[in-house]
Amino acid sequence: MIELTEQQIERYSRHILLQDVGVEGQEKIMNARVLVVGAGGLGAPVSLYLAAAGIGRIGLVDADVVDLSNLQRQVIHFTRDVGTPKVQSAKEKIQAINPDVQVDTYHEFLDSSNAIDIIKEYDFIVDGTDNFPVKFLINDACVMAGKPFSHGGILRFHGQTFTHLPGTACYRCMFKEPPPAGAVPTCSQAGVLGAIAGMLGTIQAAETLKYFTGVGELLTNRLLTFDAKTMQFNNINVRPRTTCELCGEHPTIDHLIDYEQAACDLKHH
Amino acid sequence: MAKIYVNGEAQEVTLPLNVSELIKNNNVQQPEMVSVQVNEEFADRNEWDNIQIAEGDSIDFLYFMGGGNITVKG
Repeated sequence: MIELTEQQIERYSRHILLQDVGVEGQEKIMNARVLVVGAGGLGAPVSLYLAAAGIGRIGLVDADVVDLSNLQRQVIHFTRDVGTPKVQSAKEKIQAINPDVQVDTYHEFLDSSNAIDIIKEYDFIVDGTDNFPVKFLINDACVMAGKPFSHGGILRFHGQTFTHLPGTACYRCMFKEPPPAGAVPTCSQAGVLGAIAGMLGTIQAAETLKYFTGVGELLTNRLLTFDAKTMQFNNINVRPRTTCELCGEHPTIDHLIDYEQAACDLKHH
Repeated sequence: MAKIYVNGEAQEVTLPLNVSELIKNNNVQQPEMVSVQVNEEFADRNEWDNIQIAEGDSIDFLYFMGGGNITVKG
């Protein structure tokens, strides 16, 4: 276990004051290794809050560079970062917030060739990606490697998230397989209110901290959805599906799959 | 008329009614972007035409959500 310095006791005093966390919980947070896949709309708030909380080691996976259109919601990136790899931009902010945090960067796409190798280095994985092929990949890799993870999805004014622990319902229990590539939201139906990414990402960060401190009840076997237009939050109970192709009684998926991603031509809209 | 619950909200429907028809009645824009549970049991989309809704059933529509960002061609 880590011996907290006086500065750390001050930095984390609002955690330590929480009876459910205390010094012991803070030490668990500081020993934790978390992988954040996607340093975008969800990955930004997740990384900022996990850095501030003092997570010991944060891995960031993202192959993209910061684009001007990202800044509307990806609050870890600043105007001056346009053109910089997202993992580098995010690492700089994390270390500026909290030099205690060790940051590993993976400036690459997560795919079937590297997913297990990267994931196995971490205790908890946060899905902050924007597309279904990678969401299924993260789900499958985490289930295969026995790793807990937080799923997150946002669209327009809506968000959804659940937490998976080994043995609880996985993404495939709920969604079976990615939607057909051609069906993925058309341009006119896509888009997202920037603050929705913050709402959902901070829920994912809270779940991560709950996981390490053992506080409360995680979002396992339920899908939390919200509609920011009405601010209605809804918990949908889900269960591990006995017919699940990945974690059911007779699994048929025994390797990682790279699904195809549909692309949207913005110029035609 | 029969009373059912869709995502927790009560609805009056006329039976017989299968899952495909219920999706249509609820104006789901892209049925391929929704996953369905009937009484907390996953309903395979290949079976939607055959699964009959009964009085008091709870149906959940789970929508596919990505990251609000879509791969954009230059």
